[in-house]
Amino acid sequence: MTNLNTLTISEARDRLKAGDITAVELTESCLSEIEGAKALNAFVHDTPEISREQAKAADARLAKGDAPAMCGIPLGIKDLFCTKGVLSQAGSAILEGFKPEYESTITQQLWDSGAVMLGKLNMDEFAMGSTNETSTYGNAINPWRRGNDTAQLTPGGSSGGSAAAVAADLCLGATGTDTGGSIRQPAAFTGITGIKPTYGRCSRWGVVAFASSLDQAGPMTKSVRDAAIMLEAMSGHDAKDSTSADLAVPNFEAALTGDIKGKKIGIPKEYRMDGMPDEIEKLWADGTAMLKDAGAEIVDITLPHTKYALPAYYVIAPAEASSNLARYDGVRYGHRATLAAGEGIDDMYEKTRAEGFGHEVQRRVMIGTYVLSAGFYDAYYNRARKVRTLIKRDFEQVFDAGVEAILTPATPSAAFGLGDMADADPVQMYLNDVFTVTVNLAGLPGISVPAGIDKQGLPLGLQLIGRPWEEGDLLNVAYALENAAGFVSKPSKWW
Amino acid sequence: MSIDKETAARVAHLARIRVADEALPALAEEFNAILGFIEQLNEVDVDGIEPMTSVTPARLKRREDVVTDGNQQEKILANAPDAREGFFAVPKVVE
Repeated sequence: MTNLNTLTISEARDRLKAGDITAVELTESCLSEIEGAKALNAFVHDTPEISREQAKAADARLAKGDAPAMCGIPLGIKDLFCTKGVLSQAGSAILEGFKPEYESTITQQLWDSGAVMLGKLNMDEFAMGSTNETSTYGNAINPWRRGNDTAQLTPGGSSGGSAAAVAADLCLGATGTDTGGSIRQPAAFTGITGIKPTYGRCSRWGVVAFASSLDQAGPMTKSVRDAAIMLEAMSGHDAKDSTSADLAVPNFEAALTGDIKGKKIGIPKEYRMDGMPDEIEKLWADGTAMLKDAGAEIVDITLPHTKYALPAYYVIAPAEASSNLARYDGVRYGHRATLAAGEGIDDMYEKTRAEGFGHEVQRRVMIGTYVLSAGFYDAYYNRARKVRTLIKRDFEQVFDAGVEAILTPATPSAAFGLGDMADADPVQMYLNDVFTVTVNLAGLPGISVPAGIDKQGLPLGLQLIGRPWEEGDLLNVAYALENAAGFVSKPSKWW
Repeated sequence: MSIDKETAARVAHLARIRVADEALPALAEEFNAILGFIEQLNEVDVDGIEPMTSVTPARLKRREDVVTDGNQQEKILANAPDAREGFFAVPKVVE
């Protein structure tokens, strides 16, 4: 008998509805798997009591026969989401001990649909990082290894715990968030699927803010179908987030026909980077051929401002972060530094933030402060916002010409070793997001689909970018790619 | 544009993050690496381009100006490092 924790969401849904398995059995299977996977450091706060209670309630609802698709499905929740009465620290020491008195809109929607919370997942501090190495909880570990080599690899970041947990079958799906690639890059590094929907598709209320004009949550799952099911449950307008779109949420799963005949798929020449590894180049060419074989029309396109996306991002995201993170001052929640006699409130702010924020967060907050400071605001911040307009326009022109989706690599490499980037300068690390960050700047939906294995035995992902609000179409192209790629590999269990 | 130790100290203070004196030169160097990368933006012709204010053009919704929430003093103070008599407590700010 298969261990229930290895099921996909769609398989589990069907078996739960058929009465073949119970939510309690499914949840217990995940809980015992989590117990045995401490070495991955993916789950950082376990909530077995909550999950058992929710699983029982899900079974009762299933028995009545009116259960939604997510009913009884055990999930992991990224630590960035506020969950009532459960530690929510955004991977930061400055939120040490923070137990929200409220529930984020997205997680509330998931619980309302009957999903089960297994616990909170590791992540880079305040979602700033591409390796999960900036977390106050320590590194999350990628379940994948290079063959028999026991070196620990990064699961990517910032949603590294979510990616590791889904890839290792500790849960059926997980929430992630993506500001510059934080769902798609870790999904690619761990051989799973991750979608960042259109900006405004999911409410940001109750999700700890990093860069508000770029942040969007999305599901991280074992298949494209699962991503469609879970995204639907997470989406929708929320009066508490004025940037959430008041648009009907389509049945995304119904869009998965696998038929992409005649669809125009764009291949952007600017994504062919100097020094790109042959294997990434080949994966991209293979993916292009697969979509063509499935009947799509492949067209070469140009997105001329691509090169400027990362530098624009590293102005806009830190600027917004410096403003958002101003709230961590030691007054209302989290850590407060101990003061010496005679020290005043400014000492309290400065010492609290020096002790509570890790190095990368401090660096980004300070860069943001600098680019927003008097005399530099126009030169840096306003210029970056103008470049952002141009980046979005590049995409609009391509879509206006009839292109329905764009295919690119998800990452410039496979997962690398933890600590490998320790001596790299910050810009080297930022290059991880080179293929994903444009999508956030333009507010578009983007999905990473596992599409191959490299020579070292590590998974590689391809990214598809869609038109705004057309997640259904995008998921369908991803579904066709998934079918053609036939990626079924799993990491062999060493933990 | 190069950031020196003094500028790094000023930025750290603006951001209300204490940085030890001996850490400032390395910090200034990191700033310079990042700002050097950002300088590329100067190559782009942005004449006549509007800075983006909203990535998905949408009019902010309006609602009636009424109280919709409140009376949650205990919940609001529940996570405070120091709360007394229904207030957040901080070091003395006025003499």
